[in-house]
Amino acid sequence: MAFEKMELNEVEVWDGNFAAAQAMRQVQIDVVSAYPITPSTPIVEGYAKFLADGYIEGEFMMVESEHAAMSGCIGAAAAGGRVATATSSQGLALMAETLYQASGMRLPIVLNIVNRALAAPLNVNGDHSDMYMVRDSGWIQFDAYNPQEVYDLNLIAFKVAEDHDVRLPAVVNQDGFMTSHTASNVRPLSDDEAYNFVGEFKPMNDMLDLDNPVTHGVQTEEDWHFEHKARQHNDLMTKVFPKIQEAFDAFEKLTGRRYNMVEKYLLDDAEVAVVAMGTSVETAVEVARELREEGIKAGVIGIRVFRPWPFEYIAEAIKGLKAIGTLDRSSPNGALGALYNEFAGVLVNSDQKTVLTNYVYGLGGRDLTKAHLREIFKELKANADAGKPTTELQQLIGVRGPKLAYL
Amino acid sequence: MAFNYEKYLRIEKMPTLWCWGCGDGVILKSVIRAIDKCGWNMDDVCIVSGIGCSGRFSSYIDCNTVHTTHGRTVAYATGIKLANPDKHVIVVAGDGDGLAIGGNHTIHGCRRNIDLNFILINNFIYGLTNSQISPTTPQGMWCVSAKRGNIDPTFDACKLAMGAGASFVARETMIDPKKLEKILVKGFQHKGFSFFDIMSNCHINLGRKNKMQNAIQNLEWIDSITLPLKKWEALPEEEKMNKFPTGVLRQVEQPEYCELYDMVIEAAQGKRSKITQDDFEKKI
Repeated sequence: MAFEKMELNEVEVWDGNFAAAQAMRQVQIDVVSAYPITPSTPIVEGYAKFLADGYIEGEFMMVESEHAAMSGCIGAAAAGGRVATATSSQGLALMAETLYQASGMRLPIVLNIVNRALAAPLNVNGDHSDMYMVRDSGWIQFDAYNPQEVYDLNLIAFKVAEDHDVRLPAVVNQDGFMTSHTASNVRPLSDDEAYNFVGEFKPMNDMLDLDNPVTHGVQTEEDWHFEHKARQHNDLMTKVFPKIQEAFDAFEKLTGRRYNMVEKYLLDDAEVAVVAMGTSVETAVEVARELREEGIKAGVIGIRVFRPWPFEYIAEAIKGLKAIGTLDRSSPNGALGALYNEFAGVLVNSDQKTVLTNYVYGLGGRDLTKAHLREIFKELKANADAGKPTTELQQLIGVRGPKLAYL
Repeated sequence: MAFNYEKYLRIEKMPTLWCWGCGDGVILKSVIRAIDKCGWNMDDVCIVSGIGCSGRFSSYIDCNTVHTTHGRTVAYATGIKLANPDKHVIVVAGDGDGLAIGGNHTIHGCRRNIDLNFILINNFIYGLTNSQISPTTPQGMWCVSAKRGNIDPTFDACKLAMGAGASFVARETMIDPKKLEKILVKGFQHKGFSFFDIMSNCHINLGRKNKMQNAIQNLEWIDSITLPLKKWEALPEEEKMNKFPTGVLRQVEQPEYCELYDMVIEAAQGKRSKITQDDFEKKI
């Protein structure tokens, strides 16, 4: 290899952005096409630095918008390269058109989304509005709760996305600032271990195979469009989970770190549980532990794979729970939260009677405190005891002014 | 008597978020003095800003203000102006905002010659996101996204605006605020698309990586690459490409878009005959 390897310590102190950049270095991305946006900029900057310092054999393209960034990635991936980029919020919104292009063309790009609120009003802090906005774009979507997971899931994302039975792009989500800019201990793999785990990039149907020229994304109308979309959906519903499981298993064998489609914390004998994503999962686990000492059988469900939606894994995880509160960190703008609706979909045909309520929290980077979570768990306990909701179905947590609750 | 900025500013938003020594503050004050010179009622003024350090203009000036998405200022402002042709619309954008992500809107604003005042604060870098090359970053300069030096050719923003059809095009630096104020007044009073390329410093994210550690060094560099139009014209051809002329580079009378649009309204209301090529000077 023409590039230099980096000697890493057994334990490094990295923030989420740097962890993603290191993973991108180790898997030797051929092309990063990027546009700066807070708080994700340091990821692509990190790649540019590693490239300039001779640690990567690749290309860094600084283009004129996020739309151009993902378009560049699509071009590079269609031409047969290993490709990644990063963005947040407004950048992701501008990228949205091309996200559907990438998944429709079945190009295994990895996109790091550093979750941030969507304007207006303008806000650079973390919430999950951007993650929710592109949830139906046909990308595989992982969620990391801390820098270690950002690093691990990046490696896993490449392995899954590039599998020739999958051939779909993948997103790794992390919370803006709370994960992206907060340094913590990360145990990295060596360069060789990481590269070998993901494996050499094997292009498929690449444009620049001159013996077998192909075309990508051409027009199909009512004659063939449905079949393309159906095949993509079918692969997401049937082929992706086994491949993710394979990657999770291989990763555990290599590192001892176990990932699951749905992370279950203190759930074995739990009566009540909250469902969360991002950094809130870790806060919730801490509160659940404390409440157990006070006699409340509390647990936490963390969504690890957001798309494809792990329906059957959720069905298994919620067995025996008497009350669940879904925590949505995005304004549903006139509906119940996305996680609430997804969980309602799992519960509606099951035999068990579980009270399901919804909490909207943390918009624009507002903190979710342990006090909030204690209150939520206590309400869930009351719901479990009563066998029905004792509060409104949806409550807004931590917002100024009179209490806002609906339905 | 010292100029009273307070009545034009949202004092509760002070101090600004800009770095110590940033040129944006000088430009902010120059814009305020130019508005004052024009005698505009602040209720008739609308500031439209995009994303980046320049985006803060809409937070600080006390009038109708809109903080828009990255690069789309001219598109928002076109809507604002068409709905209220009698109001004064000032667009503030950075070089990344106005020339990269929003480059297409900028050229079409120029082409339509709609009566907007487009202030491009050109600091040669993406400053807010901490130093990535923009369309005006000089070749050979270093920044975080070009750690071995920038190879991308540099945009001449005024040439772009002139080529696209803006009827008033001027360049000035923030080194001489009085000059800047005068040129802003000229452009504000011009009917049609007024394009200002205002060169400013970012010693934090451009200067520090290019041997211009403080604001003064950054300004000295800007001073060294600019000179008044007349002097620039006298330069030998081979030297012209390395300098930017300042002053009013173009000011012509051209049909303004809102006025042209009145023709469409009148035609639709049957108050005039249908629009044909004979209504325009340019016939192709």
